[in-house]
Amino acid sequence: MAVGKEIRVKIASVQNTQKITRAMEMVATSKMRKAQERMRAARPYAERMRNVVAHIADANSEYRHPFLIARPVKRIGVIVVSTDRGLCGGLNSNLFRMLIQQVKRWQADQIELEFCTIGRKSAQFFQRIGGHILGQVSRLGDQPHVEQLIGTVKVMLDAYLAGTIDELFIASNDFVNSMTQKPELEQILPLKARPDSGLAHHWDYIYEPEAKDVMEHLLARYTESLVYQRVVENVACEQAARMVAMKSASDNAGKLIKELQLIYNKARQAAITQELAEIVSGAAAV
Amino acid sequence: MSTIHVDIVSAEREIFSGEATMVFAPAVLGEVGIAPGHAAMLTRMSPGEVRVQLVNGEQQAFYVSGGMLEVQPKVVTVLSDTAIRAHDLDEAAVLKARQEAEDALRTRSDKLDVAKAQAELAELAAQLQTIERLRRRGS
Repeated sequence: MAVGKEIRVKIASVQNTQKITRAMEMVATSKMRKAQERMRAARPYAERMRNVVAHIADANSEYRHPFLIARPVKRIGVIVVSTDRGLCGGLNSNLFRMLIQQVKRWQADQIELEFCTIGRKSAQFFQRIGGHILGQVSRLGDQPHVEQLIGTVKVMLDAYLAGTIDELFIASNDFVNSMTQKPELEQILPLKARPDSGLAHHWDYIYEPEAKDVMEHLLARYTESLVYQRVVENVACEQAARMVAMKSASDNAGKLIKELQLIYNKARQAAITQELAEIVSGAAAV
Repeated sequence: MSTIHVDIVSAEREIFSGEATMVFAPAVLGEVGIAPGHAAMLTRMSPGEVRVQLVNGEQQAFYVSGGMLEVQPKVVTVLSDTAIRAHDLDEAAVLKARQEAEDALRTRSDKLDVAKAQAELAELAAQLQTIERLRRRGS
């Protein structure tokens, strides 16, 4: 019976799509767990680093590193962390929207901007809208490594030391939970010394070989670890957002299939009824 | 016997955490041995081996590809790098990042077009809203 061939083909195609989205959902779920694991694993390093940096800020150091000194702001550098791939709901566009609003405010204050992009989506975004890009890295994959970020971070640190930028921010997504991701803009440089310990006596480290050298290394590592953490967190956000997006895509496909099935059944039934009617009227005529 | 707390961490994971009676680390100016109560010290490390003498006399060795060593009287923190780092390697990474930016963005202007960005994002937001509405109506 040739009834509803188009509908059957359509149903099959939607079913195939649903298979794909379901597979993607499951892949994203497992990748999200792994990314969360990496997020947790990266935390001790950043915490220890933070302690050391806080000690330095407390210590009566003979050398103040430029990273610790705030200066009047004329130019701002922003590292934009995005995903490499799409199909993750409004994750990137929410981030860009938040960023653009902030950019507008900065521009109203006559502040010039330099950007650094991590991930292909942000590179594409700035390609379309323009903006001065100092450095770029993409295709980090699902397991980003610190080594991959060194170049991009150092570009910004060099710019800061050279006075090209006076403050450094990072824009990325904050992993609240698997259903919620919040775009966030965080200031990295100048490093905010936390005067929390309130030590009465002043002490300082023995620096080997010398304070400047050691501090420069330490603070560069610290910044890298901050950026690394944000990147790993963004991967977790990406997978979570993709998981949700793919789940609703699968649900929608299921709904569509149900509707199509109903139409198909009705059409089939109508055809049978008509055939019966024809047979019956044919028999009556005889 | 007095002990000193040792943490060995890299940016990607925690490697070791525990009590020790003695720690040896490859500082840039030569290997240092740290006993409990050592003066506060901050130094860079060269690639090499960090050895930790545990309380039960056992010795554990960890390879580090450089990093930082922070010493306080009761705590030693080894902030290990995840890969070999050298000045020229870092510079090469910088050049690569710049190069990628230039390659990818050759055609685009330096001027940031906020209006265009907003228009584009508004469109995306509208799309998302429509999808949301369709979904709600459908269910």
